[in-house]
Amino acid sequence: MKSIVSLIFFFFFIGLSYANTMYPLDTPKQEAQFEHLLKDLRCLVCQNQDLADSNADLAKDLRLQVYNLVKEGKSDTEINDYLSARYGDFVLFKPPVKSLTLMLWFGPFLFLILGVVIFWRTCFKRASYE
Amino acid sequence: MKKIGWKALPIILFMVICIFLWRGLSLDPHHLPSVQVGKSLPAFSLPELEYPGVLFQSSQVQGKVVLLNVWASWCSACVDEQVFLMQLAREGVSIYGLNYKDNSHDALQWLKQWGNPYKNILSDTQGKVAIDLGVYGAPETFIIDKSGVIRYRHAGIMNQELWLKEMLPLMNELEQQT
Repeated sequence: MKSIVSLIFFFFFIGLSYANTMYPLDTPKQEAQFEHLLKDLRCLVCQNQDLADSNADLAKDLRLQVYNLVKEGKSDTEINDYLSARYGDFVLFKPPVKSLTLMLWFGPFLFLILGVVIFWRTCFKRASYE
Repeated sequence: MKKIGWKALPIILFMVICIFLWRGLSLDPHHLPSVQVGKSLPAFSLPELEYPGVLFQSSQVQGKVVLLNVWASWCSACVDEQVFLMQLAREGVSIYGLNYKDNSHDALQWLKQWGNPYKNILSDTQGKVAIDLGVYGAPETFIIDKSGVIRYRHAGIMNQELWLKEMLPLMNELEQQT
């Protein structure tokens, strides 16, 4: 039983150690930064995949580029700016709040409020009929 | 009347959403707006494909309106475009090639087979300059004006229709500017 558990654990961490040998970084902090950056960046070839998952050639190049920037000690915003200056906000899974994206960010709340208002009005009317 | 107005609102909303979704069906998600338009060409220095010992500087394209075409021998769509590029080259358009993530042997072989419309070809074996240009596939074509600013970008195969409708008028306009 114990050996099975340890075997499972072994397989759990084999991926992790593999990733580390491909992109070795100095500190765990940089490793964490590299990992979450790859999850927040979109691959532009297979558009619904992030850079961490994608196997496209461009994704490999961008991964390497992000890796080099992380290694240089660049911050998240600097790396995001670097990529969005080249590929646009589309490369970010979380687009910045600006006039063009206002509807994207606050549209759902607008619809929620509208829904509540409609619901309220209908219920209110119905109660007054009875 | 007021009562009906409120009840109609969800239907109107539904119809508005339908219009947006219907519109969305005909949009190509791979057609991305380029942030590079309006920016100057990133500074680079790349070896020329035909003379690997010679380094080509990005400042060398300044002073005239040129096309910069990103291509590779592994890119099957580039073959389709090549016929049209050859025609443009015969008409006297200056086309520079950026050989994207390719090896020079294959690239030269490919040019021998399909013809060479380029004034000069720069090999970007690492794809570094392509990243700076925001390239996400081949072929891609940029129009660069006299002061080295990117004015237009097309991702995908160029054709006669696009050339006559958008690119040629823009190039003529840029040619007028000093």
